[in-house]
Amino acid sequence: MTTTASAASTATAADVVSTTDERLARLSARKRLLVRPEFGALAGAFVVWLLFAWQAGSVWLSWQGTATYLDRSAGYGLTAVAVALLMIGGEFDLSAGVMTGTTGMFAALFAVHSGLNLWLGMALSLLIALFLGFLNGLMVVRSGLPSFIVTLGTFFALRGFNLWLTQRVTDKTQVTGIVDTGGYDLARKVFASNFVTIGGVGFRVSILWFAGMVAVGAWVLMRTRVGNWIFAVGGNRDAARMSGVPANGTKIGLFMTVAVCGWVHGMVVLLQTNRSNVIEGVGQEFFFIIAAVLGGCLLTGGFGSVVGAGLGCLILGMTQQGIPLAGWDNNLYFLFLGIILLLAAFANEWIRRWARTASRPTVDVPDTAEVAHAAATRTTTDD
Amino acid sequence: MTETAPHLLELQRVSKYFGNVIALHQITTSVRAGEVTCVLGDNGAGKSTLIKILSGVHKHDDGHFLIEGRDVSFGSPRAAKAAGIATVYQDLAMAPLMSIWRNFFLGSEPTTGWGPLRRLDVDGAKRTAIEEMSKMGIDVRDPEQPVGTLSGGERQSVAIARAVYFGAKVLILDEPTAALGVKQSGVVLKYIVAARDRGLGVIFITHNPNHAYPVGDRFVILKRGQSLGNFPKGEISRDELIQMMSGGAELEALAHELESVVRPEDIIARR
Repeated sequence: MTTTASAASTATAADVVSTTDERLARLSARKRLLVRPEFGALAGAFVVWLLFAWQAGSVWLSWQGTATYLDRSAGYGLTAVAVALLMIGGEFDLSAGVMTGTTGMFAALFAVHSGLNLWLGMALSLLIALFLGFLNGLMVVRSGLPSFIVTLGTFFALRGFNLWLTQRVTDKTQVTGIVDTGGYDLARKVFASNFVTIGGVGFRVSILWFAGMVAVGAWVLMRTRVGNWIFAVGGNRDAARMSGVPANGTKIGLFMTVAVCGWVHGMVVLLQTNRSNVIEGVGQEFFFIIAAVLGGCLLTGGFGSVVGAGLGCLILGMTQQGIPLAGWDNNLYFLFLGIILLLAAFANEWIRRWARTASRPTVDVPDTAEVAHAAATRTTTDD
Repeated sequence: MTETAPHLLELQRVSKYFGNVIALHQITTSVRAGEVTCVLGDNGAGKSTLIKILSGVHKHDDGHFLIEGRDVSFGSPRAAKAAGIATVYQDLAMAPLMSIWRNFFLGSEPTTGWGPLRRLDVDGAKRTAIEEMSKMGIDVRDPEQPVGTLSGGERQSVAIARAVYFGAKVLILDEPTAALGVKQSGVVLKYIVAARDRGLGVIFITHNPNHAYPVGDRFVILKRGQSLGNFPKGEISRDELIQMMSGGAELEALAHELESVVRPEDIIARR
């Protein structure tokens, strides 16, 4: 191949391609629905609801049943919403679970053993949470290590510290007595009351917190600049940085958001149970990740949905409550969890690939044209 | 010192060291508005280091880096961007799973509303992305389409259209044709010409003299951190350019260097 020949074909190709082939392939309406990250979770939540409506019957459909699984879902969702944002931003936080017990412990210790107003204790606890989130984020962005390992470290460090501290102060792994502290009544109202009573059944305010977090999280992700940055730092961190996105700041902010949501979760549990159990939340970090994956968040970052993660929490909460209501063995919960996690992860990957490959033929028309052109030239030469 | 057409960007004997490694040694070149300066060189010639200096990733250690006659030294890519230098990287600086409009406005998202309700101007962003792409000759029907589903040439066009829209005065293209087939490369060369015709100074980095020669007004050839010259188009022919890039002189020098480092017997002995 001579240089002149390739240059000439370049020129003609440019004309051909720009007028006819340089068009964007379009996703069909059906496919656009399927590639929406929350689609799987929506379908899944519907199927699970139907399954238990069939298996558990009237108990499931009652207000009592509804309130229970919504409350359980909120228990996951308070932290999982932030974990989903963090995962879209390309990171994990294994210390998200232990944060529940940590923040509850600090608030209770400050109120009960330092004699502060409960609200002041809660505020100090929030500051500590913010600091821990900042520390997680700073260590991840500065070291460049996987957040999986960094937050695994903070997880164990906090777990050990919490047990050591409470046992030194109270001789137990619990802090009791917040009921008698100043500001308790209002705190209980804000974090652990019933916000509405329907048919004699109280719906806990944590459900409202959960719904509010999903709404705010989804809005931030889809409709604000920060949301664009979250997608970008998870999807291609270098690209984000080169485009002027404060990539490190975004990531640190996400870790701090997880910590703050962990604090809300911690306050809800503290005020629902009226005591701080320091190992509260330990082991839940994986449930948050499962909820996010069910909601369409890719483990590699850059893609996902807050609404999806909320629906993922609903799936977890409904299943956890539905299995005993349907009279099945409780241990099946984990079996079920493992299976739906795998299904969701496979489905996410499959849908993503399908959406991308299916649009290829239209886009790659130049290549086929090239082949045709080459074939045509050969025939003429042979003649 | 007044000239008819002032240099948008000028490098005067710019050098860069990494420890005791000389990554770039006294590179001199310039680009004017409406001109294309091509930087040619094989792998490891120092092209990447040069781009990183121009785009604010690295600071130069020696020499002068002038923007519109002012001596500058950028501390960050953001500072370079603010000075009107836009860089389109080889890997395109895009998030493949994000939509065209989200990528187009990445880092400079338009907003509407006030205070806590300040939000993305999604409709405006989509509209602008479509308009700007059509100015580059691309018909975007669905701005929600993920960038990862576009072909290589189309992705380049998004990146170039983005840089032009955001008021770049100097557009740096890092090997935009390296990963592309012949036809897609031709498309990208057209975009380069389109950007030039809109009054930008373009710095086109490539290792392919056949892509550089038709569009370039000035050529800098790099070899192992050194400049082999800084030629206006009138002073160098396509053949000379190809010769300098890949011709006998370089191979001769390489053979000579190999000889001075290791004797052929050593290589044979090691085997």
